[in-house]
Amino acid sequence: MSNLDIFREEVRAWLAENCPPSMRTPMGNDEDVVWGGRKAKYENPEARLWLDRMGAKGWTAPTWPKEYGGGGLTKEEAAVLGQELGRIDARPALASFGLWMLGPVLLEYGTEEQKKEHLPPIVRGEIRWCQGYSEPGAGSDLAGLQTRAVLEGEDYVINGQKVWTSYADKADAIFCLVRTDTSTKHEGISFLLIDMDQPGVTTKPIKLISGNSPFCETFLDDARTPARNLIGRLNGGWEIAKKLLQHERTNISAGGFGAGGRAAALEELAKEYLGTDRGEIADAVKRDQVVRHKMLERAFAQTLKRMSAETKAGEVSPASSIIKYVAAEMNKDRMELLVEIMGLQALGWSGDYFSKQGLATTRAMLRSKANSIEGGTTEVNLNVIAKRVLGLRDHQ
Amino acid sequence: MGLVLDEEQTILKDSAKAFFADQAPVTAFRKLRDEKDETGFSRELWRAMAEMGWAGIVIPEAYGGLEYGFQGLALVLEEQGRTLAASPLVSTVLLGAGTLMEAGSEAQKSALLPKIAEGSLLLTVAIDEGHHFNPAQTAFEAKSDSDGFILTGEKTFVLDGHVADKIIVLARTSGNKGDREGLTLFLVEGTAEGLTRERLKMLDSRNAALLMFDQVKVTGDAVIGAIGGGYDALESVLDRAAIGLAAEMLGSASAVFEMTLDYLKERRQFGQLIGSFQSLQHRAADMFTQLELSKSIVMTAATALDESSNEISSLASLAKAFVGETSNKVTREGIQMHGGIGMTDEHDVGLYLKRSRVAEHTFGSAAYHRDRYARLNDY
Repeated sequence: MSNLDIFREEVRAWLAENCPPSMRTPMGNDEDVVWGGRKAKYENPEARLWLDRMGAKGWTAPTWPKEYGGGGLTKEEAAVLGQELGRIDARPALASFGLWMLGPVLLEYGTEEQKKEHLPPIVRGEIRWCQGYSEPGAGSDLAGLQTRAVLEGEDYVINGQKVWTSYADKADAIFCLVRTDTSTKHEGISFLLIDMDQPGVTTKPIKLISGNSPFCETFLDDARTPARNLIGRLNGGWEIAKKLLQHERTNISAGGFGAGGRAAALEELAKEYLGTDRGEIADAVKRDQVVRHKMLERAFAQTLKRMSAETKAGEVSPASSIIKYVAAEMNKDRMELLVEIMGLQALGWSGDYFSKQGLATTRAMLRSKANSIEGGTTEVNLNVIAKRVLGLRDHQ
Repeated sequence: MGLVLDEEQTILKDSAKAFFADQAPVTAFRKLRDEKDETGFSRELWRAMAEMGWAGIVIPEAYGGLEYGFQGLALVLEEQGRTLAASPLVSTVLLGAGTLMEAGSEAQKSALLPKIAEGSLLLTVAIDEGHHFNPAQTAFEAKSDSDGFILTGEKTFVLDGHVADKIIVLARTSGNKGDREGLTLFLVEGTAEGLTRERLKMLDSRNAALLMFDQVKVTGDAVIGAIGGGYDALESVLDRAAIGLAAEMLGSASAVFEMTLDYLKERRQFGQLIGSFQSLQHRAADMFTQLELSKSIVMTAATALDESSNEISSLASLAKAFVGETSNKVTREGIQMHGGIGMTDEHDVGLYLKRSRVAEHTFGSAAYHRDRYARLNDY
């Protein structure tokens, strides 16, 4: 038996013992996602238990080094862990911007002290982080951000406003891009960690067209943070920001946009809602639209595979530049097509008359409009392809 | 190849690229057209391609071929498409040799495949009877008589049909138009008595012919595969042909994209390079995106052929439809972005558009293949 097989046996045994029964059932809705943090409330005590056990093992961050609370696993071992979790349909023990975004930045740019201070609480889900990037005047032109941080004694004092801060109202702390030099654009930005439990930080949820409020405005009025919370070099924040954005774009696209959970197949819904004629989707025009979409999905899936094969072979993959663009537009089209297929059933807002699936589709269609805005708009993505990949010049 | 070329495939692709750039650049094709060459391709070029081994690239070694596989053939076709090189690779190798390999008897294979591999035999398959590809709708009749069969009727858009040494004809031996059963494949001499061949002048200046059969007699030996089982045999051949043609279209569309991108980087208007205008940049980025997606599909489909995947038919329709639409879009945009010069006969981009439109329709249009994909996947 290879070491990996032995490891698999161990994982299997540990999971059998430690993954509570209710954590092996599908999640009902967004409320079931465990984000951790100081303000977390656990309706189901087993969710808390599952997080504590996985956190103690470091398996919420399987490949992070043990000295920072991580699992210390190799990539291969982490893959085995993932497979075994999938085998028992285990819910993710922890969803966290700390794990997905801040952690990788700290591992690359943080000092030893910063890693020791911040990584272990992320792994154990004791702190919930949010990301402070966009500002009212700095969206696609992110480097135009104006939030000022000035060093006063031992602390930075921060003034300004962030927007589109995901779940800021539920977060404990924020990693933030701030301006530390006003004489230059990209070179005057720094990356700061700020605790939100202080009078200088207030948040206000933004209600979206879908009726949900996953985003907030975040106001910083003489907020303070110790100078040791500067990550990377002073005025070196843009490099970190770019890296993080790249990470975010791949995460968004590879994770798949979508209605959440396992999306029902387009062709099945088309048959259900439009009827069939000799086994085929009865509406010939919509059938053709479904095929077009399925073909694009397949082309996209094969391109993702090609991209990873090229990367593995050590080649620079030009295909990677198109991923976010295609994924965003494809999902928006999918949702519009779904609404066409389901008709008015997918245009209800609330009430018993509408099916759960219909109402979820309405909201998901509205939510999908953000796909081509968040994490870099479609237009910015096309600019990137045109300039960096195709070598076209800026307008003079 | 999978989704990344291995070393051997990279060498093949590079040598094919260099070969066509050197021996069959677009100027060579333009010359064939302008001189109204009746053969429609250069026999010398075909001999050189056979010497490279490409005429026999998918033919088993036992029959004198390289047995290198369809991924290799797809790479050669892509490079052929890049320079619009005219050759009988599609008619003779994809269709002709493909049909023999799929359904031919031992005697037929031993007699013909080695000649194809050495480049001395031109073969084609006659399928179409109308303006839209639809082999199941075949009505062309073969009547059995005491010595064999008698063929009467018309076949159209037969690739290289006017110069092929032998023609494989799809004909109905039983059943009705629209039935998949009852179709049979016959091997007919190009010079057979009662056969009249007329080269059709297509906008891409490539070879398509109208074949008129008037009581053409063939013996029982001329049947390829099972009597009445021609459609099933041909369907696999046509899957390979669709994937091969998708590879050729990918090469042509990539060439159009590259020449367009070059033009965006050199043409100045309003004191600016036109490539600095965002409306053109975004459309260029979109073409690039479609081409990258198309490339993934062609590689997937060609690999599936060599791995005898059970998804071949589905991938063939995906490739033909998706790459066909990409090629349509890129050629349209290619002309638009070149502006007036793109409308002139002197510029190459028009030649690519003409070739693309014919290739898009050959072996079934995008609409045909979307419908087929839907049927195959039970939509």
